[in-house]
Formats: sequence, C-alpha cells, structure tokens
Amino acid sequence: MTDLGAYAVEVMSAYAVSLLLLAGLVWVSWRRAVKVRRALEQIEGPRADG
Amino acid sequence: MSIWEYANPKKFIATTSPVLPWVFGAAGLCLIGGLIWGFFFTPEDFRQGSTVKIIYLHVPSAMMAINAWAMMLVASLIWLVRRHHVSALAARAAAPVGVVMTLIALATGAIWGQPMWGTWWVWDPRLTSFLILFLFYLGYIALWEAIEDPDTAADLTSVLCIVGSVFAVLSRYAVNFWNQGLHQGASLSLDAQENVADVFWYPLLVCIAGFVLLFVALVILRTRTEIRARRIMALQARALREGVRA
Amino acid sequence: MIALLVRDLRLALRAGGGFGLGLVFFLIVVVLVPFGVGPEAALLTAIAPGILWVAALLAALLSLDRMFALDLEDGSLPLLATAPLPLEGVALVKALAHWITTGLPLAFAAPVLGFLLNLAPGAYVWLVGSLVIGTPALSLIGGFGAALTLGIRRGGLLMSLLVLPLYVPVLIFGAEAVRRGAAGMDAATPLILLAGITLGSVALLPFATAAAIRINLR
Repeated sequence: MTDLGAYAVEVMSAYAVSLLLLAGLVWVSWRRAVKVRRALEQIEGPRADG
Repeated sequence: MSIWEYANPKKFIATTSPVLPWVFGAAGLCLIGGLIWGFFFTPEDFRQGSTVKIIYLHVPSAMMAINAWAMMLVASLIWLVRRHHVSALAARAAAPVGVVMTLIALATGAIWGQPMWGTWWVWDPRLTSFLILFLFYLGYIALWEAIEDPDTAADLTSVLCIVGSVFAVLSRYAVNFWNQGLHQGASLSLDAQENVADVFWYPLLVCIAGFVLLFVALVILRTRTEIRARRIMALQARALREGVRA
Repeated sequence: MIALLVRDLRLALRAGGGFGLGLVFFLIVVVLVPFGVGPEAALLTAIAPGILWVAALLAALLSLDRMFALDLEDGSLPLLATAPLPLEGVALVKALAHWITTGLPLAFAAPVLGFLLNLAPGAYVWLVGSLVIGTPALSLIGGFGAALTLGIRRGGLLMSLLVLPLYVPVLIFGAEAVRRGAAGMDAATPLILLAGITLGSVALLPFATAAAIRINLR
C-alpha cells in the first residue's frame, strides 16, 4: 500500500464511500433490471429480441 | 393497438442488447485501471499531500453530476418536442445515477476539504451548488414517483427539469455571490484544474472516461428496465380491460 | 383579467380564505427562533435578516396550494383554460393575487417582527424593500410548483420540496440586501439582482405554469 502519510483516513474514507455508492447503484440497478425482465418474460414468454 | 405500443422502445432494446456488456466492460476497465493508476502510481501533491488522490473520484463524479442533469435536460426537450418515449424514460433512468454522482462529489469534496478547512463541511460555493443540485435531483425523482399517468409524469417532470436548469444556473451565481459576500478571501479551490500536472492529468482522464462510460452503461441498463416495466404495466392494464369485458 | 384578480382577492380575503394565516405563521416562526437559539441580543441581531426572510418564504409557501387546487375542485380551472384570457395571463393574475394577499402583507408586517429579533435600525428600510421586490418572485415560483403538483393528492409536501430549492437565489439576494443594510453598507447590488429575478420570473414563469396546468387538465 502506498504511504498515504498524514491523510490516510481521509483518502481511504473518500475512496470507500465513493466505491460503496457506485457499487450500490450498480447492484440496485442490476437487481431491478433482472426482476423486471423476469416479470416480463412471465407475462409474455421468453424474449425473442435478445 | 399493437403489443409494443411504440416502435422505438423495441428498437432501443434490440440495439442495446449486444452493446451493453461491452460498455460495462469498458467502464470497469477504465475505472479500475484509472483508479489504481492514480492511487498507487502517482506522487503526492506539494501542498495537499496524499489527499490529492481524491481528485480521481471528485472531479469525474462532479462532472457527471452536472452532465447527468444536462442529459436529462436534453432528453426532456426531445420528449416534449418529438414525443419519443425512450427519451422520457432515459431521463427518468438517469436521475438516480445523477443523484449518486452528486453524493460522491459532495462526500469526496467534503472529505478533501476537511484537512484544509478543519471541519467536515463548509459552505464553499462549489459544494453548496452541488448540495442544491442534489435537492433538484430529489425533487425531480419525487415528481416522477408521485404521478400515476406515465405520459403526464413525463411531461411534468420535463417542464420541471427545464425550469430547474434555469434556476440551477441562477443558483450557481447566487451562491458565488453569497459566499464571497461573507468571506473576504476566496476559499481554496478544490478543483486543481489551475495547474494539474501531466502526472496527475492522464490517470484523471482515464477515471473521467470510466465515470462517463459507467454513466452511459447504467442509463442504458435502467432505460431498458423502464421500458420493460412500462410494457408490463401496459399489458396488465390491457388484461384488466379485457378481463372486464369478457 | 381584472375580474379574475378581483375574484381571487375576494376568495382569499373572506373567512376561510387563509388570508391571516400566513401572517400568523410568520409571527409564530419568528417567535420560535429565540427559543431555539437563545435570547442573546447580539446573536439575534446577526441572524435577524436571514430569519425574517426564511420565515417570510415559508409563510408564502403556506397558501400556495390553494392557488389552483380550489379552482380544480370546483371545476372552474378547465373553464379558465378555455377562456379568452390566455392561460399564461391566468397564471400571472393568480400569482399577483397571491402576492397581494400574502407577500405584500408579509413585507409590511416584517418590521414589527424585526423588533422582536433586535434587527439593526438601518435594516428596516431594506427589509421592507427587499421583501416587496422579492415576494412577487416567490408567488410566481410557488405558482409554478402548485401547477406541477395540481393533480397529486395531498401534494403539498411534494410542492414544498420542489419549490424551496427554487427559492434559494431569491433568499440569498433578499437576505443579503437586508444584511448589508444592517451593516450600513450599500445594498443596491443584491437588490438589483433580486429585482432581476422577479422580472425574469414575471416574463418567463407564467409560460411554464400554464404548460403545467394544461398538462394536468388533459
């Protein structure tokens, strides 16, 4: 790990918060996408459009 | 009325299906690559020490926070003028991404400023403007959620986006005036754009590219979801009507 | 247009029209502040301009949802929409009625409340002036918010969420004008900028408001 010196807490927490938020956003978006796709397939059968 | 009410959404889904994985892949590559490059392989700043490494998160997210709203504005205008449903749904899809970008910009901005200013939050003009932008995003999303009819919701949120954009610009100038009025000196600019050396600039570019690609990927993904969700609603509504008639 | 204005004024001024409510709310908020921040005179003097403006802003917010909702309920809004008077004109007149019955009284009640908050002597003129200039913008922006949330059940809270961020520039320049006046400095700049916002709102917001009403009436 590079030496972050005096500001280790700040830098690490900045990275942690950002990456957590991004990961959360991707996760939530992905989950909803899968859920909706499955629900649609239930109603109208497997997708023909890929 | 045909199954897909509008041809556009079907084409959108068909076109983006093969493309989406690649966009996500490229986004991941740029993001991870750029962050690793910036975090591990760049030196510290003379004045700011290792906190300069926050630039690789703060600048791209701030840029995307603004650009997401700009994209929503364009999409809203396209909806109002040309009535392409994909456009309205894309604006709706982009809003939560913009919110997260704004939050990241706010959090990284505050954390970066903490060693300089000694507190976890300051009413720096730039941070304050992003806080206001955050509120605009929340209002936009709330309005979408509150209105039942999809077309009415699309229309009203589009008008809100347009008026909001004007006030967002107005607020930017007002906030600058407001802070300068109180403190004599200009606060330390978090935006190290005055003299970003090459050694910082290139990894920053890669990170910016990563954020842009991630934004595009997420908006495509979420728009597809919105289109499908709309379709489900339309099919259910139709089933209800036909069930009533039968 | 005059007829519409008179009608709205009369509606607002009769019992149950909410005319006095805004003023009382203004009073209550201002009275609450010293309980919240402590009675120290110097502190109150320092924050008085901002508190008075924020309280006026919130009080103006109160009566916004009646601007169009009543007409929607009794069916007169679609009639107004198809009347010879353009809907933009209707929006303007309604904002004007709101201002006359809310913003203007607030502006003249403010000095009294300024006493309660130990407002600096030089600031009173600027307080009334900034409120007179700035509250029309509050009515116009509020009208836009009311039009957006017209069809939403109990949409008052959402309307506030939409309108309050839009109020920020008005608040910034209005409060700054009073602060500068309190310090004896020249307060012309924020006042001019405030006037600019009001004039811009008069020119542009009726179009957005009318658009929102039309969308909701479909």
